[in-house]
Amino acid sequence: MNPQEPARARPGPAFTLTFDGREIAAVPGQTVAAALWAAGATSWRTTRRAGRPRGVFCGIGVCFDCLVTVNGSPNQRACLVPARPGDVVRTQEGTGHED
Amino acid sequence: MRTDLAVIGAGPAGLAAALAAAARGLRVTVLDSAPAPGGQFHRQPAPGLAAHRPRLPHDRGRGWRWLRDALAASDVTVLTDHHVWVVEHGFTVHALLGPEQRESVAVRAEAVLLATGGYEKVLPFPGWTLPGVVAAGGAQAMLKGGLVVPGRRAVVAGTGPLLLPVATGLAAAGVVVPALVEAADPAAFLRHRRALAAKLPEGAGYAARLLRHRVRFLARHTVVRAHGGRALTGVTVAALDSGGHVRPGTGRYIPCDTLAVGHGMVPHTDLAETLGCRLAGAAVRVDDEQRTDVPGVWAAGEATGIGGAALALAEGHIAGRSVAARLRGTAPDPSTWARAAGTRARLREFARALDAVYAPPAHWAEQVPDGTVVCRCEEVTAGAVREAARDLGAGDPRTVKLLTRAGMGWCQGRMCAPAVAGIAGCEPAPSRRPFARPVPLGVLARQHRDATATDDATGEGAGEATDEGTEEGPS
Ligand SMILES: Cc1cc2nc3c(=O)[nH]c(=O)nc-3n(C[C@H](O)[C@H](O)[C@H](O)COP(=O)(O)OP(=O)(O)OC[C@H]3O[C@@H](n4cnc5c(N)ncnc54)[C@H](O)[C@@H]3O)c2cc1C
Ligand code: FES
Repeated sequence: MNPQEPARARPGPAFTLTFDGREIAAVPGQTVAAALWAAGATSWRTTRRAGRPRGVFCGIGVCFDCLVTVNGSPNQRACLVPARPGDVVRTQEGTGHED
Repeated sequence: MRTDLAVIGAGPAGLAAALAAAARGLRVTVLDSAPAPGGQFHRQPAPGLAAHRPRLPHDRGRGWRWLRDALAASDVTVLTDHHVWVVEHGFTVHALLGPEQRESVAVRAEAVLLATGGYEKVLPFPGWTLPGVVAAGGAQAMLKGGLVVPGRRAVVAGTGPLLLPVATGLAAAGVVVPALVEAADPAAFLRHRRALAAKLPEGAGYAARLLRHRVRFLARHTVVRAHGGRALTGVTVAALDSGGHVRPGTGRYIPCDTLAVGHGMVPHTDLAETLGCRLAGAAVRVDDEQRTDVPGVWAAGEATGIGGAALALAEGHIAGRSVAARLRGTAPDPSTWARAAGTRARLREFARALDAVYAPPAHWAEQVPDGTVVCRCEEVTAGAVREAARDLGAGDPRTVKLLTRAGMGWCQGRMCAPAVAGIAGCEPAPSRRPFARPVPLGVLARQHRDATATDDATGEGAGEATDEGTEEGPS
Protein backbone atom coordinates (compact mmCIF):
# COMPACT_ATOMS: atom_id res chain seq x y z
CA MET A 1 0.00 0.00 0.00
CA ASN A 2 1.14 3.55 -0.70
CA PRO A 3 1.05 5.55 2.58
CA GLN A 4 -0.31 8.49 0.58
CA GLU A 5 -3.63 6.64 0.36
CA PRO A 6 -4.69 6.58 4.03
CA ALA A 7 -3.67 10.26 4.27
CA ARG A 8 -5.75 11.03 1.14
CA ALA A 9 -2.85 12.92 -0.35
CA ARG A 10 -3.63 14.60 -3.66
CA PRO A 11 -0.26 16.01 -4.64
CA GLY A 12 0.26 17.93 -7.85
CA PRO A 13 1.31 16.09 -11.01
CA ALA A 14 4.25 13.70 -10.71
CA PHE A 15 7.55 14.68 -12.31
CA THR A 16 10.74 12.81 -13.04
CA LEU A 17 14.27 13.09 -11.80
CA THR A 18 17.18 10.78 -12.40
CA PHE A 19 19.01 8.67 -9.86
CA ASP A 20 22.33 7.36 -11.22
CA GLY A 21 20.91 7.78 -14.69
CA ARG A 22 17.66 5.93 -14.01
CA GLU A 23 14.44 7.92 -14.28
CA ILE A 24 12.30 7.90 -11.15
CA ALA A 25 8.99 9.57 -10.43
CA ALA A 26 8.48 12.06 -7.60
CA VAL A 27 5.62 14.27 -6.47
CA PRO A 28 5.68 17.85 -5.18
CA GLY A 29 6.42 17.98 -1.45
CA GLN A 30 8.74 14.97 -1.41
CA THR A 31 12.32 15.37 -0.30
CA VAL A 32 14.99 13.66 -2.39
CA ALA A 33 15.13 10.91 0.27
CA ALA A 34 11.35 10.43 0.15
CA ALA A 35 11.43 10.17 -3.65
CA LEU A 36 14.27 7.63 -3.48
CA TRP A 37 12.48 5.55 -0.81
CA ALA A 38 9.28 5.65 -2.87
CA ALA A 39 11.32 4.34 -5.83
CA GLY A 40 12.66 1.49 -3.72
CA ALA A 41 16.19 2.83 -3.14
CA THR A 42 17.59 2.83 0.41
CA SER A 43 21.25 3.69 -0.21
CA TRP A 44 22.87 6.54 -2.17
CA ARG A 45 26.25 7.11 -0.61
CA THR A 46 29.39 5.10 0.05
CA THR A 47 31.56 5.91 3.04
CA ARG A 48 34.96 7.57 2.72
CA ARG A 49 37.01 4.82 4.33
CA ALA A 50 35.38 1.41 3.90
CA GLY A 51 33.20 2.32 0.91
CA ARG A 52 30.09 1.03 2.67
CA PRO A 53 26.62 1.94 1.42
CA ARG A 54 24.47 4.35 3.46
CA GLY A 55 21.11 6.08 3.20
CA VAL A 56 18.63 7.66 5.63
CA PHE A 57 19.29 7.08 9.30
CA CYS A 58 17.94 9.86 11.58
CA GLY A 59 15.43 11.23 9.05
CA ILE A 60 15.62 14.74 10.58
CA GLY A 61 18.87 16.28 9.33
CA VAL A 62 21.08 15.41 12.30
CA CYS A 63 23.16 12.38 11.27
CA PHE A 64 24.46 13.31 7.76
CA ASP A 65 24.29 9.66 6.69
CA CYS A 66 21.95 10.51 3.81
CA LEU A 67 24.45 12.74 1.96
CA VAL A 68 24.01 12.65 -1.81
CA THR A 69 25.09 14.57 -4.89
CA VAL A 70 22.28 16.66 -6.39
CA ASN A 71 22.85 18.52 -9.66
CA GLY A 72 26.59 18.25 -9.17
CA SER A 73 26.66 19.51 -5.57
CA PRO A 74 27.86 16.81 -3.16
CA ASN A 75 27.02 16.58 0.56
CA GLN A 76 23.34 17.46 0.27
CA ARG A 77 21.20 15.95 3.02
CA ALA A 78 18.63 13.97 1.03
CA CYS A 79 16.20 14.02 3.98
CA LEU A 80 16.03 17.84 3.87
CA VAL A 81 16.41 18.80 0.20
CA PRO A 82 13.14 18.97 -1.75
CA ALA A 83 13.01 16.96 -4.97
CA ARG A 84 12.63 19.16 -8.05
CA PRO A 85 11.72 18.30 -11.63
CA GLY A 86 14.77 17.29 -13.63
CA ASP A 87 17.07 16.89 -10.63
CA VAL A 88 20.14 14.80 -11.39
CA VAL A 89 20.76 12.74 -8.27
CA ARG A 90 23.92 10.66 -8.06
CA THR A 91 25.28 8.24 -5.52
CA GLN A 92 27.99 10.07 -3.61
CA GLU A 93 31.28 8.18 -3.41
CA GLY A 94 33.32 9.17 -0.36
CA THR A 95 33.59 12.95 0.01
CA GLY A 96 31.89 13.46 -3.33
CA HIS A 97 34.85 15.48 -4.55
CA GLU A 98 37.36 14.04 -6.95
CA ASP A 99 40.40 13.57 -4.80
CA MET B 1 15.00 42.18 11.93
CA ARG B 2 14.06 43.02 15.54
CA THR B 3 11.70 41.27 17.90
CA ASP B 4 11.01 41.12 21.62
CA LEU B 5 11.20 37.35 21.96
CA ALA B 6 12.94 34.96 19.57
CA VAL B 7 11.73 31.38 19.98
CA ILE B 8 13.93 28.68 18.48
CA GLY B 9 11.88 25.61 17.64
CA ALA B 10 8.25 25.47 16.46
CA GLY B 11 7.28 22.28 18.29
CA PRO B 12 4.66 22.19 21.04
CA ALA B 13 6.99 23.93 23.53
CA GLY B 14 7.98 26.78 21.21
CA LEU B 15 4.48 27.38 19.87
CA ALA B 16 2.85 27.36 23.33
CA ALA B 17 5.45 29.87 24.53
CA ALA B 18 5.04 32.09 21.47
CA LEU B 19 1.25 32.16 21.85
CA ALA B 20 1.40 32.90 25.59
CA ALA B 21 3.91 35.72 25.11
CA ALA B 22 2.15 37.23 22.07
CA ALA B 23 -1.21 37.18 23.91
CA ARG B 24 0.46 39.43 26.50
CA GLY B 25 1.59 41.99 23.99
CA LEU B 26 5.11 40.87 23.01
CA ARG B 27 6.40 40.83 19.46
CA VAL B 28 7.37 37.20 18.96
CA THR B 29 9.38 35.55 16.16
CA VAL B 30 9.62 31.76 15.96
CA LEU B 31 12.43 30.20 13.93
CA ASP B 32 12.48 26.56 12.85
CA SER B 33 14.61 24.59 10.42
CA ALA B 34 11.64 22.57 9.18
CA PRO B 35 9.56 23.69 6.18
CA ALA B 36 6.46 24.01 8.40
CA PRO B 37 5.72 24.50 12.11
CA GLY B 38 4.72 21.55 14.31
CA GLY B 39 7.93 20.01 15.61
CA GLN B 40 8.36 16.25 15.86
CA PHE B 41 5.07 15.20 17.44
CA HIS B 42 2.89 17.39 15.21
CA ARG B 43 4.97 16.99 12.06
CA GLN B 44 2.63 17.46 9.10
CA PRO B 45 2.87 16.09 5.58
CA ALA B 46 4.77 18.55 3.36
CA PRO B 47 2.24 21.07 1.98
CA GLY B 48 2.98 19.96 -1.61
CA LEU B 49 1.59 16.51 -0.82
CA ALA B 50 -1.85 18.06 -0.24
CA ALA B 51 -2.88 15.45 2.31
CA HIS B 52 -6.58 15.75 3.01
CA ARG B 53 -6.64 13.44 5.98
CA PRO B 54 -3.24 13.69 7.59
CA ARG B 55 -4.52 12.13 10.81
CA LEU B 56 -3.24 8.62 10.50
CA PRO B 57 -0.57 8.01 11.64
CA HIS B 58 -0.46 11.50 13.08
CA ASP B 59 -1.81 12.44 16.44
CA ARG B 60 -5.52 12.45 16.92
CA GLY B 61 -5.58 15.89 15.45
CA ARG B 62 -7.22 18.05 18.07
CA GLY B 63 -4.05 19.35 19.74
CA TRP B 64 -2.52 20.34 16.45
CA ARG B 65 -5.64 22.00 15.09
CA TRP B 66 -5.83 24.11 18.21
CA LEU B 67 -2.20 25.21 17.96
CA ARG B 68 -2.45 25.84 14.23
CA ASP B 69 -5.61 27.93 14.51
CA ALA B 70 -4.33 29.89 17.51
CA LEU B 71 -1.12 30.59 15.60
CA ALA B 72 -3.03 31.78 12.53
CA ALA B 73 -5.11 34.13 14.71
CA SER B 74 -2.05 35.55 16.51
CA ASP B 75 0.57 38.14 15.56
CA VAL B 76 3.40 35.62 15.95
CA THR B 77 5.89 35.66 13.05
CA VAL B 78 6.97 32.14 12.05
CA LEU B 79 10.19 31.80 10.05
CA THR B 80 10.42 28.28 8.64
CA ASP B 81 13.47 26.87 6.81
CA HIS B 82 15.64 28.84 9.25
CA HIS B 83 18.47 26.70 10.66
CA VAL B 84 19.81 28.51 13.72
CA TRP B 85 23.54 27.93 14.01
CA VAL B 86 24.46 30.28 16.82
CA VAL B 87 22.87 32.75 19.24
CA GLU B 88 25.09 35.63 20.29
CA HIS B 89 24.70 37.35 23.62
CA GLY B 90 22.72 40.49 23.42
CA PHE B 91 20.85 38.69 21.56
CA THR B 92 21.41 38.03 17.87
CA VAL B 93 20.04 34.80 16.44
CA HIS B 94 21.88 33.68 13.29
CA ALA B 95 20.07 31.32 10.95
CA LEU B 96 21.00 29.69 7.66
CA LEU B 97 18.24 29.76 5.08
CA GLY B 98 17.22 26.28 4.02
CA PRO B 99 17.31 24.01 2.28
CA GLU B 100 20.46 25.28 0.55
CA GLN B 101 21.92 26.80 3.75
CA ARG B 102 24.27 29.19 1.95
CA GLU B 103 22.83 32.49 3.25
CA SER B 104 22.64 33.55 6.88
CA VAL B 105 20.19 36.05 8.36
CA ALA B 106 20.17 37.69 11.79
CA VAL B 107 17.25 38.32 14.15
CA ARG B 108 17.81 40.63 17.11
CA ALA B 109 15.81 39.99 20.26
CA GLU B 110 15.50 41.10 23.87
CA ALA B 111 14.93 37.54 25.06
CA VAL B 112 15.47 34.06 23.67
CA LEU B 113 13.57 30.85 24.28
CA LEU B 114 15.30 27.60 23.38
CA ALA B 115 12.64 25.04 22.41
CA THR B 116 14.81 22.86 20.22
CA GLY B 117 13.50 19.48 21.36
CA GLY B 118 15.68 16.43 21.05
CA TYR B 119 16.88 13.69 18.75
CA GLU B 120 17.12 9.96 19.03
CA LYS B 121 19.76 7.87 20.67
CA VAL B 122 20.62 4.64 18.85
CA LEU B 123 23.14 2.27 20.41
CA PRO B 124 25.35 0.19 18.09
CA PHE B 125 25.16 -3.52 17.31
CA PRO B 126 26.62 -5.54 14.43
CA GLY B 127 25.01 -4.50 11.14
CA TRP B 128 23.45 -1.26 12.39
CA THR B 129 25.03 0.78 9.58
CA LEU B 130 23.35 -1.27 6.81
CA PRO B 131 20.91 0.58 4.56
CA GLY B 132 17.45 -0.36 5.78
CA VAL B 133 18.39 0.16 9.43
CA VAL B 134 16.87 3.52 10.40
CA ALA B 135 16.25 5.39 13.61
CA ALA B 136 12.71 4.65 14.81
CA GLY B 137 11.76 8.32 15.02
CA GLY B 138 13.43 8.84 11.64
CA ALA B 139 11.10 6.31 10.04
CA GLN B 140 8.24 8.11 11.78
CA ALA B 141 9.41 11.53 10.60
CA MET B 142 9.73 10.33 6.98
CA LEU B 143 6.30 8.75 7.20
CA LYS B 144 4.61 11.78 8.76
CA GLY B 145 6.37 14.39 6.63
CA GLY B 146 6.91 12.57 3.35
CA LEU B 147 4.23 9.86 3.46
CA VAL B 148 6.86 7.26 2.55
CA VAL B 149 8.10 4.04 4.11
CA PRO B 150 11.52 2.44 3.66
CA GLY B 151 10.39 -1.11 2.89
CA ARG B 152 7.70 -3.75 3.09
CA ARG B 153 8.61 -5.64 6.25
CA ALA B 154 9.88 -3.74 9.28
CA VAL B 155 11.01 -4.91 12.69
CA VAL B 156 10.72 -2.14 15.30
CA ALA B 157 13.22 -2.49 18.14
CA GLY B 158 15.11 -0.90 21.00
CA THR B 159 13.43 0.64 23.99
CA GLY B 160 11.13 3.52 24.84
CA PRO B 161 7.59 4.80 24.45
CA LEU B 162 8.31 6.05 20.91
CA LEU B 163 8.45 2.48 19.55
CA LEU B 164 4.68 2.05 20.01
CA PRO B 165 3.54 4.86 17.69
CA VAL B 166 6.30 3.93 15.24
CA ALA B 167 5.16 0.29 15.03
CA THR B 168 1.46 1.14 14.75
CA GLY B 169 2.21 4.00 12.33
CA LEU B 170 4.20 1.78 9.97
CA ALA B 171 1.58 -0.99 10.19
CA ALA B 172 -1.25 1.45 9.44
CA ALA B 173 0.71 2.62 6.40
CA GLY B 174 0.69 -0.93 5.04
CA VAL B 175 4.09 -2.18 6.19
CA VAL B 176 4.16 -5.70 7.65
CA VAL B 177 5.58 -5.40 11.18
CA PRO B 178 6.47 -8.93 12.30
CA ALA B 179 7.71 -7.85 15.75
CA LEU B 180 8.14 -4.99 18.21
CA VAL B 181 11.28 -5.90 20.15
CA GLU B 182 11.39 -4.02 23.48
CA ALA B 183 14.30 -4.41 25.92
CA ALA B 184 12.29 -3.26 28.94
CA ASP B 185 11.17 -5.78 31.52
CA PRO B 186 7.40 -5.95 32.11
CA ALA B 187 8.13 -6.41 35.83
CA ALA B 188 9.48 -2.85 35.88
CA PHE B 189 6.07 -1.56 34.73
CA LEU B 190 4.46 -3.26 37.68
CA ARG B 191 6.90 -1.63 40.07
CA HIS B 192 5.97 1.79 38.68
CA ARG B 193 2.28 1.14 38.07
CA ARG B 194 1.12 3.98 40.35
CA ALA B 195 3.01 6.66 38.43
CA LEU B 196 2.06 5.13 35.08
CA ALA B 197 -1.62 4.47 35.83
CA ALA B 198 -2.86 7.62 34.09
CA LYS B 199 -1.46 6.40 30.79
CA LEU B 200 -2.97 2.91 30.99
CA PRO B 201 -5.79 3.67 28.54
CA GLU B 202 -3.27 4.95 25.98
CA GLY B 203 -1.20 1.79 26.50
CA ALA B 204 -4.28 -0.35 26.04
CA GLY B 205 -5.06 1.49 22.81
CA TYR B 206 -1.61 0.66 21.44
CA ALA B 207 -1.96 -2.96 22.56
CA ALA B 208 -5.21 -3.26 20.63
CA ARG B 209 -3.67 -1.75 17.50
CA LEU B 210 -0.63 -4.02 17.71
CA LEU B 211 -2.96 -6.97 17.97
CA ARG B 212 -5.07 -5.81 15.05
CA HIS B 213 -1.98 -5.47 12.86
CA ARG B 214 -0.60 -8.82 14.13
CA VAL B 215 2.53 -7.22 15.54
CA ARG B 216 4.19 -9.59 18.02
CA PHE B 217 5.34 -7.79 21.14
CA LEU B 218 8.62 -9.30 22.35
CA ALA B 219 9.37 -7.77 25.75
CA ARG B 220 12.80 -8.25 27.35
CA HIS B 221 14.27 -8.96 23.92
CA THR B 222 16.97 -7.24 21.94
CA VAL B 223 18.37 -7.20 18.40
CA VAL B 224 21.79 -8.85 18.53
CA ARG B 225 22.63 -8.52 14.84
CA ALA B 226 21.36 -7.03 11.60
CA HIS B 227 22.17 -9.16 8.57
CA GLY B 228 22.80 -8.25 4.96
CA GLY B 229 25.48 -7.47 2.40
CA ARG B 230 24.68 -4.10 0.83
CA ALA B 231 21.22 -3.84 2.41
CA LEU B 232 19.32 -5.33 5.32
CA THR B 233 17.86 -8.81 4.84
CA GLY B 234 16.94 -9.75 8.42
CA VAL B 235 17.72 -9.47 12.11
CA THR B 236 18.55 -11.89 14.89
CA VAL B 237 16.71 -11.14 18.11
CA ALA B 238 17.31 -12.81 21.46
CA ALA B 239 15.82 -12.83 24.95
CA LEU B 240 17.40 -10.98 27.87
CA ASP B 241 17.74 -12.40 31.38
CA SER B 242 16.72 -10.38 34.42
CA GLY B 243 20.25 -9.02 34.69
CA GLY B 244 20.13 -7.67 31.14
CA HIS B 245 22.42 -10.30 29.57
CA VAL B 246 21.50 -11.99 26.29
CA ARG B 247 20.26 -15.49 27.11
CA PRO B 248 22.35 -18.00 25.16
CA GLY B 249 20.43 -20.19 22.74
CA THR B 250 17.41 -17.87 22.47
CA GLY B 251 18.43 -16.19 19.20
CA ARG B 252 15.93 -16.29 16.36
CA TYR B 253 16.07 -14.89 12.85
CA ILE B 254 13.36 -12.59 11.51
CA PRO B 255 13.54 -11.72 7.81
CA CYS B 256 12.90 -8.01 7.12
CA ASP B 257 14.09 -5.22 4.82
CA THR B 258 13.71 -2.51 7.48
CA LEU B 259 14.75 -2.20 11.10
CA ALA B 260 13.43 0.88 12.91
CA VAL B 261 15.50 1.10 16.06
CA GLY B 262 15.82 3.57 18.93
CA HIS B 263 16.99 3.62 22.53
CA GLY B 264 15.46 6.84 23.83
CA MET B 265 16.02 10.52 23.19
CA VAL B 266 18.73 13.10 23.82
CA PRO B 267 17.97 16.82 24.35
CA HIS B 268 19.39 19.34 21.81
CA THR B 269 21.64 21.56 23.93
CA ASP B 270 24.16 23.05 21.48
CA LEU B 271 22.69 26.57 21.39
CA ALA B 272 22.31 26.62 25.17
CA GLU B 273 25.90 25.48 25.64
CA THR B 274 27.33 28.18 23.37
CA LEU B 275 25.33 30.75 25.35
CA GLY B 276 26.89 29.38 28.52
CA CYS B 277 23.70 27.94 30.05
CA ARG B 278 24.27 25.38 32.73
CA LEU B 279 23.13 21.85 32.04
CA ALA B 280 21.56 19.35 34.42
CA GLY B 281 22.79 16.00 33.18
CA ALA B 282 22.18 15.96 29.43
CA ALA B 283 19.45 18.64 29.49
CA VAL B 284 19.32 22.43 29.82
CA ARG B 285 18.78 23.39 33.44
CA VAL B 286 15.81 25.64 34.16
CA ASP B 287 14.04 27.10 37.21
CA ASP B 288 10.30 27.10 37.98
CA GLU B 289 9.73 29.86 35.41
CA GLN B 290 11.70 27.90 32.76
CA ARG B 291 14.57 30.38 32.97
CA THR B 292 18.11 29.15 32.32
CA ASP B 293 20.88 30.57 34.49
CA VAL B 294 21.78 33.04 31.69
CA PRO B 295 19.67 36.23 32.04
CA GLY B 296 17.31 36.65 29.11
CA VAL B 297 17.46 33.00 28.02
CA TRP B 298 14.53 30.67 28.68
CA ALA B 299 14.20 26.98 27.70
CA ALA B 300 11.23 24.63 27.47
CA GLY B 301 10.21 21.25 26.11
CA GLU B 302 12.50 18.32 25.46
CA ALA B 303 15.62 20.51 25.39
CA THR B 304 15.13 20.64 29.17
CA GLY B 305 14.43 16.92 29.58
CA ILE B 306 12.64 14.21 27.62
CA GLY B 307 8.97 14.04 28.55
CA GLY B 308 6.69 14.14 25.50
CA ALA B 309 4.52 16.68 23.76
CA ALA B 310 2.02 17.44 26.55
CA LEU B 311 4.81 18.31 28.99
CA ALA B 312 6.45 20.46 26.30
CA LEU B 313 3.17 22.39 25.89
CA ALA B 314 2.87 23.09 29.63
CA GLU B 315 6.50 24.17 29.94
CA GLY B 316 6.24 26.39 26.88
CA HIS B 317 3.13 28.08 28.21
CA ILE B 318 4.82 28.88 31.51
CA ALA B 319 7.96 30.12 29.76
CA GLY B 320 5.95 32.46 27.50
CA ARG B 321 4.13 34.01 30.46
CA SER B 322 7.35 34.41 32.40
CA VAL B 323 9.07 36.15 29.47
CA ALA B 324 6.11 38.50 29.01
CA ALA B 325 6.26 39.60 32.65
CA ARG B 326 10.05 39.79 32.91
CA LEU B 327 10.49 41.87 29.74
CA ARG B 328 8.05 44.39 31.24
CA GLY B 329 10.26 44.48 34.30
CA THR B 330 7.76 42.81 36.61
CA ALA B 331 7.94 39.54 38.50
CA PRO B 332 5.30 37.11 37.24
CA ASP B 333 2.68 35.70 39.58
CA PRO B 334 3.01 31.89 39.37
CA SER B 335 -0.49 31.41 40.78
CA THR B 336 -1.81 32.58 37.39
CA TRP B 337 -0.31 29.52 35.73
CA ALA B 338 -1.05 27.06 38.52
CA ARG B 339 -2.85 24.67 36.19
CA ALA B 340 0.06 24.44 33.76
CA ALA B 341 2.45 24.04 36.71
CA GLY B 342 0.32 21.16 38.03
CA THR B 343 0.38 19.47 34.64
CA ARG B 344 4.11 19.99 34.44
CA ALA B 345 4.73 18.43 37.86
CA ARG B 346 2.52 15.44 37.08
CA LEU B 347 4.07 14.80 33.66
CA ARG B 348 7.63 15.21 34.93
CA GLU B 349 6.93 12.53 37.51
CA PHE B 350 5.47 10.36 34.78
CA ALA B 351 8.57 10.93 32.63
CA ARG B 352 10.80 9.86 35.51
CA ALA B 353 8.81 6.64 35.85
CA LEU B 354 9.09 5.96 32.11
CA ASP B 355 12.80 6.60 32.32
CA ALA B 356 13.12 4.00 35.05
CA VAL B 357 11.12 1.44 33.07
CA TYR B 358 12.54 1.88 29.58
CA ALA B 359 16.26 1.21 29.56
CA PRO B 360 18.62 -0.37 27.06
CA PRO B 361 19.92 -3.82 28.07
CA ALA B 362 22.20 -3.26 31.07
CA HIS B 363 25.16 -4.91 29.32
CA TRP B 364 24.71 -3.46 25.84
CA ALA B 365 28.24 -2.04 25.76
CA GLU B 366 29.96 -5.36 26.46
CA GLN B 367 27.90 -6.96 23.73
CA VAL B 368 29.25 -4.71 20.97
CA PRO B 369 32.00 -6.72 19.20
CA ASP B 370 35.35 -5.02 18.51
CA GLY B 371 34.74 -4.97 14.77
CA THR B 372 31.43 -3.04 14.95
CA VAL B 373 31.49 0.57 13.78
CA VAL B 374 30.47 2.92 16.61
CA CYS B 375 31.07 6.34 15.04
CA ARG B 376 29.10 6.18 11.81
CA CYS B 377 30.73 9.27 10.26
CA GLU B 378 34.40 8.48 10.87
CA GLU B 379 33.90 4.69 10.80
CA VAL B 380 35.59 4.15 14.16
CA THR B 381 35.09 0.67 15.63
CA ALA B 382 34.31 -0.40 19.17
CA GLY B 383 37.74 -2.04 19.25
CA ALA B 384 39.46 1.28 18.54
CA VAL B 385 37.46 3.02 21.26
CA ARG B 386 38.33 0.28 23.75
CA GLU B 387 41.97 0.44 22.82
CA ALA B 388 42.03 4.19 23.41
CA ALA B 389 40.43 3.74 26.80
CA ARG B 390 42.42 0.71 27.89
CA ASP B 391 45.87 0.91 26.34
CA LEU B 392 46.20 4.63 25.83
CA GLY B 393 44.53 5.56 29.11
CA ALA B 394 41.85 7.86 27.66
CA GLY B 395 39.59 8.43 30.66
CA ASP B 396 37.05 10.84 29.15
CA PRO B 397 35.15 11.12 25.87
CA ARG B 398 37.18 14.13 24.71
CA THR B 399 40.45 12.20 24.85
CA VAL B 400 38.85 9.19 23.19
CA LYS B 401 37.72 11.53 20.42
CA LEU B 402 41.19 13.01 19.93
CA LEU B 403 42.78 9.57 19.79
CA THR B 404 40.24 7.84 17.56
CA ARG B 405 38.36 10.63 15.69
CA ALA B 406 35.11 9.16 17.07
CA GLY B 407 32.66 12.09 17.16
CA MET B 408 34.72 14.34 14.84
CA GLY B 409 32.65 13.76 11.72
CA TRP B 410 29.76 15.55 10.12
CA CYS B 411 27.26 14.88 12.91
CA GLN B 412 29.80 16.09 15.49
CA GLY B 413 29.17 13.16 17.76
CA ARG B 414 25.41 13.62 18.02
CA MET B 415 24.84 10.04 16.90
CA CYS B 416 27.71 8.27 18.69
CA ALA B 417 28.43 10.21 21.89
CA PRO B 418 26.38 7.99 24.25
CA ALA B 419 27.77 4.83 22.63
CA VAL B 420 31.39 6.00 22.69
CA ALA B 421 31.12 6.94 26.37
CA GLY B 422 29.45 3.62 27.22
CA ILE B 423 32.00 1.51 25.37
CA ALA B 424 34.96 3.49 26.72
CA GLY B 425 33.46 3.13 30.20
CA CYS B 426 33.33 6.85 30.97
CA GLU B 427 30.64 9.42 31.70
CA PRO B 428 29.28 11.32 28.67
CA ALA B 429 30.70 14.86 28.66
CA PRO B 430 29.12 18.05 27.30
CA SER B 431 30.02 18.34 23.64
CA ARG B 432 30.97 22.04 23.34
CA ARG B 433 30.18 22.17 19.67
CA PRO B 434 31.00 25.62 18.30
CA PHE B 435 27.86 25.75 16.18
CA ALA B 436 24.53 23.99 16.15
CA ARG B 437 24.79 23.49 12.38
CA PRO B 438 27.68 23.10 9.94
CA VAL B 439 28.29 26.58 8.56
CA PRO B 440 29.63 27.26 5.06
CA LEU B 441 33.01 29.01 5.10
CA GLY B 442 31.61 31.82 2.96
CA VAL B 443 29.00 32.62 5.62
CA LEU B 444 31.63 32.67 8.36
CA ALA B 445 33.87 34.93 6.29
CA ARG B 446 30.97 37.36 5.68
CA GLN B 447 30.09 37.37 9.38
CA HIS B 448 33.69 38.14 10.19
CA ARG B 449 33.81 40.99 7.68
CA ASP B 450 30.58 42.49 8.97
CA ALA B 451 31.72 42.12 12.56
CA THR B 452 35.03 43.88 11.99
CA ALA B 453 33.31 46.58 9.95
CA THR B 454 30.68 47.44 12.54
CA ASP B 455 32.72 46.39 15.56
CA ASP B 456 29.66 44.89 17.03
CA ALA B 457 30.35 41.19 17.38
CA THR B 458 30.16 40.13 20.97
CA GLY B 459 29.70 36.39 20.91
CA GLU B 460 32.51 33.96 20.68
CA GLY B 461 30.94 31.98 17.87
CA ALA B 462 30.73 34.31 14.90
CA GLY B 463 33.83 34.76 12.83
CA GLU B 464 35.58 31.66 14.01
CA ALA B 465 36.01 29.09 11.30
CA THR B 466 36.61 25.61 12.50
CA ASP B 467 37.62 22.42 10.88
CA GLU B 468 34.40 20.82 12.07
CA GLY B 469 31.93 23.39 10.92
CA THR B 470 33.02 24.03 7.38
CA GLU B 471 31.35 23.51 4.09
CA GLU B 472 33.74 20.75 3.17
CA GLY B 473 33.28 18.95 6.44
CA PRO B 474 36.11 17.17 8.14
CA SER B 475 38.78 15.77 5.88
C1 LIG C 1 12.43 11.97 14.93
C2 LIG C 1 11.44 12.04 16.06
C3 LIG C 1 10.15 11.56 15.89
C4 LIG C 1 9.22 11.60 16.93
N1 LIG C 1 7.97 11.07 16.73
C5 LIG C 1 7.08 11.08 17.77
C6 LIG C 1 5.79 10.50 17.62
O1 LIG C 1 5.44 10.03 16.55
N2 LIG C 1 4.95 10.48 18.68
C7 LIG C 1 5.32 11.00 19.88
O2 LIG C 1 4.55 10.96 20.83
N3 LIG C 1 6.52 11.58 20.06
C8 LIG C 1 7.41 11.61 19.04
N4 LIG C 1 8.65 12.16 19.24
C9 LIG C 1 8.93 12.80 20.53
C10 LIG C 1 8.69 14.33 20.42
O3 LIG C 1 9.97 14.87 20.32
C11 LIG C 1 8.00 14.99 21.58
O4 LIG C 1 6.84 14.32 21.89
C12 LIG C 1 7.63 16.50 21.34
O5 LIG C 1 7.54 16.78 19.98
C13 LIG C 1 8.58 17.43 22.02
O6 LIG C 1 8.20 18.77 21.80
P1 LIG C 1 9.25 19.97 21.80
O7 LIG C 1 8.47 21.20 21.51
O8 LIG C 1 10.07 19.94 23.03
O9 LIG C 1 10.26 19.64 20.62
P2 LIG C 1 10.05 19.25 19.08
O10 LIG C 1 8.67 18.89 18.76
O11 LIG C 1 11.15 18.29 18.80
O12 LIG C 1 10.36 20.62 18.31
C14 LIG C 1 11.65 21.18 18.26
C15 LIG C 1 11.76 21.97 16.99
O13 LIG C 1 12.97 22.70 17.03
C16 LIG C 1 13.53 22.72 15.75
N5 LIG C 1 14.97 22.96 15.91
C17 LIG C 1 15.86 22.25 16.67
N6 LIG C 1 17.08 22.78 16.58
C18 LIG C 1 16.96 23.84 15.74
C19 LIG C 1 17.90 24.80 15.23
N7 LIG C 1 19.20 24.78 15.57
N8 LIG C 1 17.43 25.74 14.35
C20 LIG C 1 16.12 25.78 14.00
N9 LIG C 1 15.20 24.91 14.45
C21 LIG C 1 15.62 23.96 15.31
C22 LIG C 1 13.18 21.39 15.15
O14 LIG C 1 13.14 21.47 13.74
C23 LIG C 1 11.79 21.12 15.74
O15 LIG C 1 10.78 21.50 14.86
C24 LIG C 1 9.60 12.13 18.19
C25 LIG C 1 10.90 12.62 18.36
C26 LIG C 1 11.82 12.59 17.32
C27 LIG C 1 13.21 13.12 17.53
S1 FES D 1 18.95 10.98 7.54
FE1 FES D 1 20.12 11.92 9.06
S2 FES D 1 20.67 13.76 8.09
FE2 FES D 1 19.36 12.87 6.65
